[in-house]
Amino acid sequence: MVFHGSLKQAAFAIAAVLSIGVVNAQSDDPTKVGFVYVGPVSDHGWTYRHDLGRQAIEAQFGDKVETTYVESVPEGADAERVIRNLASSGHDLIFTTSFGFMNPTVKVAKDFPDVKFEHATGFKREDNVSTYAARFYEGRSVIGTMAGMMTKTNTIGYIASFPIPEVVRGINAFTIAMRKVNPDATVKVVWVNTWYDPGKEADAAKVLIDQGADIITQHTDSPAPLQVAQERGVFAFGQASDMSAFAPESQLTSIVDDWNSYYVERTAAAIDGTWASTDTWGGIDTGMVAFPEYGVNVPDDVRAAAEVIREGIIDKSIHPFQGPLKDQAGEEILAEGEIYDDGVLLGMNFYVEGVQGDLPK
Amino acid sequence: MNETLLLTALTIITAATPLVYAAIGELVVERSGVLNLGIEGMMLVGAVCSFAAAHYSGAASLGIVAGIMAGMLMAALFAFLTLKLQSSQVATGLALTIFGIGVSALIGQSFVGIAYSGLQPLPIPVLSEIPVLGRLLFNHDVLVYGSFVLVALVSWFLKRTHAGLILRSVGDSHNAAHALGIKVIRVRFMATLFGGACAGLAGAYLSMVYTPMWVENMSAGRGWIALALVVFAVWQPGRLLLGAYLFGAISILQLHGQALGINVPSQLMSMLPYLVTILVLVLISRDRGRIRRNAPASIGQAFHPTT
Repeated sequence: MVFHGSLKQAAFAIAAVLSIGVVNAQSDDPTKVGFVYVGPVSDHGWTYRHDLGRQAIEAQFGDKVETTYVESVPEGADAERVIRNLASSGHDLIFTTSFGFMNPTVKVAKDFPDVKFEHATGFKREDNVSTYAARFYEGRSVIGTMAGMMTKTNTIGYIASFPIPEVVRGINAFTIAMRKVNPDATVKVVWVNTWYDPGKEADAAKVLIDQGADIITQHTDSPAPLQVAQERGVFAFGQASDMSAFAPESQLTSIVDDWNSYYVERTAAAIDGTWASTDTWGGIDTGMVAFPEYGVNVPDDVRAAAEVIREGIIDKSIHPFQGPLKDQAGEEILAEGEIYDDGVLLGMNFYVEGVQGDLPK
Repeated sequence: MNETLLLTALTIITAATPLVYAAIGELVVERSGVLNLGIEGMMLVGAVCSFAAAHYSGAASLGIVAGIMAGMLMAALFAFLTLKLQSSQVATGLALTIFGIGVSALIGQSFVGIAYSGLQPLPIPVLSEIPVLGRLLFNHDVLVYGSFVLVALVSWFLKRTHAGLILRSVGDSHNAAHALGIKVIRVRFMATLFGGACAGLAGAYLSMVYTPMWVENMSAGRGWIALALVVFAVWQPGRLLLGAYLFGAISILQLHGQALGINVPSQLMSMLPYLVTILVLVLISRDRGRIRRNAPASIGQAFHPTT
């Protein structure tokens, strides 16, 4: 027995030495982390925040990592080429940061089983493909509450990009929270069918203001709508980053994406070999969804109410999709006290009561 | 409601003006027989340079001048490559766009996230006091007035002046023009520079009025729309103005339709500006003779003075 035991220990020791050798070999060779962005890093919004995450990785790991990024990659055939290029040029971990990169990511991942992939906001996973997203709808609950309390015309303008569940969920979370504090308020949605076209986003903001909206919120990437709001003297919410430079008086707050800690964590896992395919959907509690300072024009009671929602979501006493909820026709779709599970949220393709117009299908 | 209509009209003017500038410049370029596909790139460089100049100097006028100069510089590069070195106009134009996107992003790195107060409106005395009409027509910034004046001038220049006739003759048959002793390359060089200046102005309008800021790739394809407008307007300045305003109007009205809750899929609404503009311009240009009369016959062809 003793003999057996020591043999086993010896085997373990050899294995351990070997694995240390492997780890050492890896750390001599920096871990290469690649990023695929849908927009330019200077968009001051979605892509900019992902790039801050990339910079956080560099700051954290220094010489142990080497990061590269490819920006303004269109969602389509081109994306596959870019991802394949990164995979075949020795990258160990690749982040693809837009929903439309889902299929190309999975396709390339099958051909490169040793490369680890992280796809943002998608739902297809493989052994070497993780998905991650942030529960931005939690942030929309907070700003919806503020909008409901601050609107005078009871009309909120919502600039939306594409009718996908992520965006629809945001509209609904916003509307539900808004109607809780102000049952008379409604949301006007304009779809611009782009994530990024400053001119078109500004046009949409003007149109909504002309139709009586006194608060503008957006699910597109440029600060143009805030600039319009500032010029026209109405309020607005920033998207993805703090946009108060463009609307010092108008920005009430902003839903800030913060990927830094997630990216650092996943890179650490890739470096020490503990990386495994996971599905992460982090909310305000994880820091992925954050807020800058409230704007100068936010009254104290609105500030307090927003904090109540924010803290309630963190300690789970408040859920953005909590019954009773009604659909646009006024029929009850969720009973008192019930909560939509993640499955419903991920496939959300209907409007709740309080949103004007029909959802494009 | 009247107020809403007025505001809508004002929004349409803002949406159409950059298209008018970019397209009228390209119209002159194409009339001289040169096809410059680099409008998008020239616009972006114009946008970033005018933003930079206005930001550093605080003077909007300097911003406009910088936009014009930057557009002309890009156009000069294109003209040198295609007219002097005889490179392919199509390939060079595409390269100019890609180059413009990149170089504008590079120049603009330090301007991201900076707000600019924008070009202030310049109300025309007395006229701007007229109710409704005054605000609709006579209370704009200088670039909006300029776009109308420019279209009128180009129209007059092409139809009524000797120089305009020379420009058109170069575009129709460079060999015949050359035989008559016209300096083909020089005429085309000037026309291309003019196109660059207009594209630069379009860019200046984007970064100083439309959305007064610099963000990468902010023209978002407007250069390509301008290019299409020239063709669909059958190379006629008046129709081009109509096309640009039609496009601007439908883009804004479809947003209004959505906000009013009109039950049409938003994807279809987003297509409308393109569909309607093309349809209308095709319908009014059904006359093949008109196309033949106006289309520059030697567009896109390299000119070798020896032949």
